[in-house]
Amino acid sequence: SGSCQGNSVERKIYIPLNKTAPCVRLLNATHQIGCQSSMSGDTGVIHVVEKEEDLSWVLTDGPHPPYMVVLDGNLFNRKVMLQLKGTSRVSGLAVAVAKPSPPQGFSPGLQCPNDGFGVYSKDYGPQFAHCNKTVWNPLGTGLSYEDFHFPIFLLEDANETQVIKQCYQDHNVPRGGSEPQYPLCAMQLFSHMHAVTSTVTCMRRSSLQSTFSINPEILCDPLLDYNVWSTLHPINSSGKVEPEKEVVMVATRIDSHSFFWNLAPGAESAVSSFVTHLAAAEALRKVPDVHLLPRNVMFTFFQGETFDYIGSSRMVYDMEQDKFPLRLDNIHSFVELNQVALRSSSVLWMHTDPVSRMNESVAAQVRNLLDILSNSSRGANVTLQEVGFSQPLPPSSFQRFLRARHIPGVVLTDHQSAFENRYYQSIYDTPENIHVQYPEGLSPEETLEFVTDTAKALAEVATVVARALYQLAGGANSTSAIQADPRTVTRMLYGFLIKMNNSWFQSIIKPDLKGILGGVPQHYVAVSSPVNTTYLVQFVLANLTGTVVNLTKEECQNPEKAPSTEKEMYDYAWVQGSLEPNSTSRVPFCVRSTVHLSKALSPAFELRQWESTEYSTWTESRWKEIRARIFLVASKELEIITLVVGVVILLFSLLATYFINAKADILFSAPRDPSAVSY
Amino acid sequence: PALGLFLFTIARDPLRIIILIAGAFFWLVSLLLSSLIWFIAVRASNPQDEPLQKGLLIFGVMFSVLLQEVFRFLYYKLLRKAIEGLVALSDDGCSPISIQQMAYVAGVGFGLMSGAFSMINLLADSLGPGTVGIHGDSQLYFLTSAFMTMVLIFLHTFWGVLFFHGCEHRRWWEIAAVVIMHLTVSGSTFCNPLYVGSLVPSYLLMASAAAWAYLVSGGSAQNLRRFLLCK
Repeated sequence: SGSCQGNSVERKIYIPLNKTAPCVRLLNATHQIGCQSSMSGDTGVIHVVEKEEDLSWVLTDGPHPPYMVVLDGNLFNRKVMLQLKGTSRVSGLAVAVAKPSPPQGFSPGLQCPNDGFGVYSKDYGPQFAHCNKTVWNPLGTGLSYEDFHFPIFLLEDANETQVIKQCYQDHNVPRGGSEPQYPLCAMQLFSHMHAVTSTVTCMRRSSLQSTFSINPEILCDPLLDYNVWSTLHPINSSGKVEPEKEVVMVATRIDSHSFFWNLAPGAESAVSSFVTHLAAAEALRKVPDVHLLPRNVMFTFFQGETFDYIGSSRMVYDMEQDKFPLRLDNIHSFVELNQVALRSSSVLWMHTDPVSRMNESVAAQVRNLLDILSNSSRGANVTLQEVGFSQPLPPSSFQRFLRARHIPGVVLTDHQSAFENRYYQSIYDTPENIHVQYPEGLSPEETLEFVTDTAKALAEVATVVARALYQLAGGANSTSAIQADPRTVTRMLYGFLIKMNNSWFQSIIKPDLKGILGGVPQHYVAVSSPVNTTYLVQFVLANLTGTVVNLTKEECQNPEKAPSTEKEMYDYAWVQGSLEPNSTSRVPFCVRSTVHLSKALSPAFELRQWESTEYSTWTESRWKEIRARIFLVASKELEIITLVVGVVILLFSLLATYFINAKADILFSAPRDPSAVSY
Repeated sequence: PALGLFLFTIARDPLRIIILIAGAFFWLVSLLLSSLIWFIAVRASNPQDEPLQKGLLIFGVMFSVLLQEVFRFLYYKLLRKAIEGLVALSDDGCSPISIQQMAYVAGVGFGLMSGAFSMINLLADSLGPGTVGIHGDSQLYFLTSAFMTMVLIFLHTFWGVLFFHGCEHRRWWEIAAVVIMHLTVSGSTFCNPLYVGSLVPSYLLMASAAAWAYLVSGGSAQNLRRFLLCK
């Protein structure tokens, strides 16, 4: 391994599998989840399992264990996985993506997401804790949170899956009832993870390494990224806002997860909500008297919410520790958008926290909030309905704010109790899941601009939210002119779900960040920050809510040197602009906006409390190489025969040479050349 | 077998070791030059054209064979010069090593280097869990490669003896026979994966080369009979 590609003998033996996604190990304060392989990879004889009956060959009947199971995507459920986990005859698993998505739904997430890190506990609303009242994700199997001792890979490319199945058909299928003959088709998966046990163990070992070793070997990294936030009226990002200034907070999450590393299409769980949020921000910005509104509006996009609310817990912590320009006292009300794309019969549900509403003043403010929202939906194709007192809040960033202060707030979703999303936090949460469909035969530019029905529906929701925010911020005029633009929504959906490298995204990013636009968009909060999604949300928000200013490139990139730029209030970005017609050069310009990034690293790592149960402690293990390949294995008999033949020839040749050498004078008579010397 | 030859006949005498290493080096240089020519030819040609690539490969192999024999001749010339030097240095006017012994050692040197080049990368790849065959090649690839390498080592040894003998006694037909035998053996490898087409002729040629080299070095049928009966 490691030799260059040109080695033709290696190419005769191995077929590398290039389009795969591994399952990696994640750790929290007490557990490890995910998969692990041995240091030099795990090898096994391939067995294709397409129906449940095929499993018995792997578990009991097959004569050549350990097996490497190639599983059909529809069988990737808890029952099968627990059977495979419990046996030692399985050395690894390769899952083939099910096309189309499994009709019965599939979710490897928990049934009660982020349980224990929200607001409900035995001290606050115990009847609602641990999903006693409402199971939010009933299809959840919890597979992402199991610990497997063998590697699991996803085969993304149908062609590679076909090559593997063909190899299996040619060599591994038993013929005529007898067992299959060697050589057999086998697969090897490499995904050795360095971290073990829990975050506590791993961080302790890493800190020992960095203290005492010259070349420290860090074993794991905490999951971290940046939250994106922006305000309607500019505020001093390095100063403090006075306590009497009130802010309405709007929040969404921008990340998702699936069983496999760096694969998180997150269409319904993340993209639908933050795209609606961005459209509402754009609509609100266009209101003419926005600078006269008494209250400010803060648009916040939290990263890392999938892993026990990394982003929101960090922002609350910063607000409490005075490290953020705003404090919790400044927050007047809170509006959060969770999954909003799968509205049935155009109903949007408003969730509130029943426990805090038992306080009269909070109840009155929440009532006011709900009425404003209902008013804003008149005239739009959205029906807002309240969820009753008997239900708690769904898993949302708002719960972290409630833990600190009883703020009046509402969470808007498309589901009344259980999620409408049947593929929550899985690889099947794709654009098809939210019915984003384009007609055939369109060019990429036309696809970018085509307004889908989903885009129109999300724009309706964004209109309602924008109107409500205007009224919440104290606006007095009529709101009928506030409309979200479906054309912006559809462009954002295309960019964040289908193809990041489109002309609009290319025109709004900084010139030195061209590399972030590549491949199919994935929204996993990784360990190197900021990820592509964070950058793009930042630039889209700046484009939609900022203004173009007439500064040169030097002034824009160094605003402290230019006069009257108020560097603390605004953020200046030199973006590369769109292509000139019929040319390859771009017209760059300077954008002034109030968009800022704030660090989203769990407070547990700031405080070095790695066993914390209050803050998220998720870390991702490090690894050296991850790859997969298939080849043929020979029988043990052939290997032994080869070795024995070699040893026999060696011994025989040694003996023969010795005897020939000893009796050389008999064999060779004196040569005619007089200058001979005897052997 | 090469290990046995080395241990029992070469390892004791430092002069023979030097000749062995120098011989191996000469073979290496010839391979380097021929691969350079082939590499340039391949780069300059169209990589998609299959018959052209096959033709270039055949040309490359033949050219390499001819270049190896040219280097064998150059090595012979060098060793002839060396013998004169050794005679001048010695006490009794006799060289400590004869040209036949040099021929034998040079042949072993060529063979060892050729064998190493043939087998080392195969051995490295055979360490992994897989074996040859997923694209349809024979499973016995490693075994047949090993046998082919063994026959080539022997052949190089015998060709060394024959070649030098032919140069010594001005018998050009011996030299030509060596070259033709080498070309035949290398050409037969194009029969692979029909291994019977390459291994069987090579072993037959090896037997005949062995017999010829034995006769040329002063052996005869009676000596052979005495050797076998004495045992």
